[in-house]
Amino acid sequence: MLYDVTIDGKNYRLDLSREDRRWSCRLDGRNVEVDAILARPDVLSLRIGNLAYEVKSERVANDLHLWVGSTRFAVEVRDPRSLRGRTRAADHQGPKKITAPMPGKVVRLLVREGDSVEAGAGVAVVEAMKMQNEIKSPKKGTVQKILVSESNPVNAGDVLAIVE
Amino acid sequence: MLDKMFKKILIANRGEIAVRVLRACHEMGIAAVVVYSDVDRASLHVRKADEAYPIGAAAASESYLNIAKILDVAARSGADAIHPGYGFLSENAKFAQACADAGVKFIGPTAAAMDAMGSKTRARQAMEKAGVPFVPGTSRGVESFAEAESVAAKIGYPVMLKAAAGGGGKGMRLVHAADQLKSSLEAARSEAERSFGDSEVYIEKAIVNPRHIEMQIIADEHGNTVYLGERECSLQRRHQKVLEEAPSPIVDADMRRRMGEVAVRVAQAANYTNAGTVEFLVDQRKNFYFLEMNTRLQVEHPVTELITGLDLVHLQIRIAAGEKLPFAQSDVSIRGHAMECRIYAEDPDNNYFPSPGKITLLLAPSGPGIRRDSGMYEGWTVPIDYDPLLAKLIGYGTDRDQAIARLTRALSEYFVGGIKTNISLFRRILRDPDFRAAKLDTGFLDRMLKRTEDAPVDSRKSEVAVIAAGIFAALGPPSSGTANGASSGDSRAAEATPSKWKAASRREVLR
Repeated sequence: MLYDVTIDGKNYRLDLSREDRRWSCRLDGRNVEVDAILARPDVLSLRIGNLAYEVKSERVANDLHLWVGSTRFAVEVRDPRSLRGRTRAADHQGPKKITAPMPGKVVRLLVREGDSVEAGAGVAVVEAMKMQNEIKSPKKGTVQKILVSESNPVNAGDVLAIVE
Repeated sequence: MLDKMFKKILIANRGEIAVRVLRACHEMGIAAVVVYSDVDRASLHVRKADEAYPIGAAAASESYLNIAKILDVAARSGADAIHPGYGFLSENAKFAQACADAGVKFIGPTAAAMDAMGSKTRARQAMEKAGVPFVPGTSRGVESFAEAESVAAKIGYPVMLKAAAGGGGKGMRLVHAADQLKSSLEAARSEAERSFGDSEVYIEKAIVNPRHIEMQIIADEHGNTVYLGERECSLQRRHQKVLEEAPSPIVDADMRRRMGEVAVRVAQAANYTNAGTVEFLVDQRKNFYFLEMNTRLQVEHPVTELITGLDLVHLQIRIAAGEKLPFAQSDVSIRGHAMECRIYAEDPDNNYFPSPGKITLLLAPSGPGIRRDSGMYEGWTVPIDYDPLLAKLIGYGTDRDQAIARLTRALSEYFVGGIKTNISLFRRILRDPDFRAAKLDTGFLDRMLKRTEDAPVDSRKSEVAVIAAGIFAALGPPSSGTANGASSGDSRAAEATPSKWKAASRREVLR
C-alpha cells in the first residue's frame, strides 16, 4: 500500500505492508517496524520499537487532523496512483472560497456581489453560541458570488462567498 | 426534619450544571425533573433525568427563560422545589417570586434578597451602610452622557462602565480617555438592554490589573451565615472566567477572615439565604473592594467543595427544605488546593470563536485528584444556541504544585474530537512560569495570548503521525466524522475511473 502523506507542508512517501498487527513501513527509503492496534475507532495504539504512542484521528469539515499525544498535525493522505492527488497547486491566485469556520447563522452580509474587498475585510457575520463572528476575506479582490443570505443557517465548511 | 425534604426537584437549566444538580438530587434520593428546548432533546441532562418535559424553541426566551412554561412543568410534574442552576433564571427575582406565589420552593435566596443584590447599584447603597469597602464611583446608574462625563472626570480615567443588571462581562466597557466615553456608554447601554432588558449603566474607577477574588458564603433560613473560603478567579478573557482556584495564592488566614467577615456582613445586610458569592477586586497592595454579590451557585463552586469537603448543592437543597446549617464557622477548614479549567467549545486557532458541532471522539481523564463535571458525550452535537461551556475539569492536590501537576496530566488524557476546544489553552497556562509563580491578575491571559509561542516541531512525532496516517488509511474509512471531503487514499483511488487509474499507474512506471 503506497501513500503520499503531507504533514505541515512536508511530503513523505510511505509504503506499508501488513501481517496481522505488525506493519512494515518504508518511509522515505528507511524501514520502520510498527506494532499497531486500533484500540477503538479513530484511536491507534502504536509501538515503534518499544516506544508507545496513542494517535487520535479527527475530521472537521474537510480537514484531517492526527494527534500524537497532545500535538496536532494537519494531514493529507493521497494515493499516488490516484489522479486527484496530483493536481494540487498553491491557490493564492484565482477565485478563493470563503467558508464558515463553524456552524451558525448568517446574521449580516457586509458586502454585495461586485464589491471590491481588501484582504482581511469583513465579508459576513456568523452568529453561534451567543457570539457574533466576522468572517474576513483572505485576499484582496472582487466579490464574485455570495452563496448565502441573511438569517441562513450554515455548517462548518459551507461556502459563504467567492472572492476573485 | 426528614419528612420536610423535597420528593421531586425541577431543574430549570441545561448542560453540565443541570447534570451536576441532577446528581445531587439522586444522591439525596430525590427525583429529578428536567426541561429541555427543541435542540436539547439529546442533551445529557435529559438522558439522566427521571422526568423530562419539552418547553419550546431553542431561543432561551422561548424555553429556559420562560417562567410560565417552567412553572407549568412544575405543576404538571408535581415538583416541590426548583433549582435554577446558574445563568438563565437563576438571578431573576421575578422568577423567585413567581415560584413562591405558585407554592414551589425556589432553591436560592428570596426575591427580596435578590432584588437588593441583583441590581449592582442598589446593592451598593445597602452595603455602604454596612461599612463594606467600595471602589470609587457612582452608586446609581448615570442618567445622561453629561453626568457620565462629570463623574468620570471626578474619579479619574481609566473608568469602567457596567450594566446595573449585568454579569458575565456583558454590558461592560473599559474607557481609557474622555474621547471614548460617549461611544462606550452607548455600546454598554445597548448591550445591557439586549442582554438584560435594562439599559442602566454605572461608572466605577477602573483598578488596573487587579485580582478578582470571591468569597463563598452560605446562609440558612434560621439566621446562620458562614463563609467557606475564597476563590481566585483572576484568569479571564473578555471578562469571562477561564480558570479558577482555591484557595487564592495571595490570601493568608488573616486576609481570609477579614474578607469572609465582610462577605457575611454583605449577606446579612440583605437578609440573604442559601448559597451566594461576594466578589472582590484586590489591588496590588492587597486592598479589597466589594464588587458585587452573585445570588446563585457559581460555575466554579467545585473548587470550594474540594478544599472544604462540603457539597454545596446538597447544602442548598437542605437549606431550602428548612434545615439548619449543620456546622458553624469554626468547623470550616481548608485543606489542599483545587483548580478548575472551563472547557469551552471554541477554537484557539481562530481567536476563540465558538465551535459547535458533533463530538466524534471523547476520551475523558480520571485518576487521583481529578473531578470532571461534564454535559457532553461522544456522538452528541453541541448546539449553536447556548453558551459554549462543555465541561469543567477540576484538579485537587495537597498543595498548588500538585494540583497543577495532576491537572496537567489529566489535560494530556482529555481529548474531544470533531469540535474545537480550548484544552490546549490550559496546557499553555499551566506551564507558564508566571502562572506557576502565582503572579496573577485579570490582565494575565490577554498578555499571555499576545505572546506567540514557538511550538518546537518534534520530528519523531511527525514521523509517528505519517505512519499513523498511512495505517488509518489502510484500515479504511473512519466510522465517525463527516462523510464529505474524504481524503483517505483508498476512497480517492476507488473514485478514480479505470482509465485514469491506468494512466496514472503507467506514469508511475515511467517515472
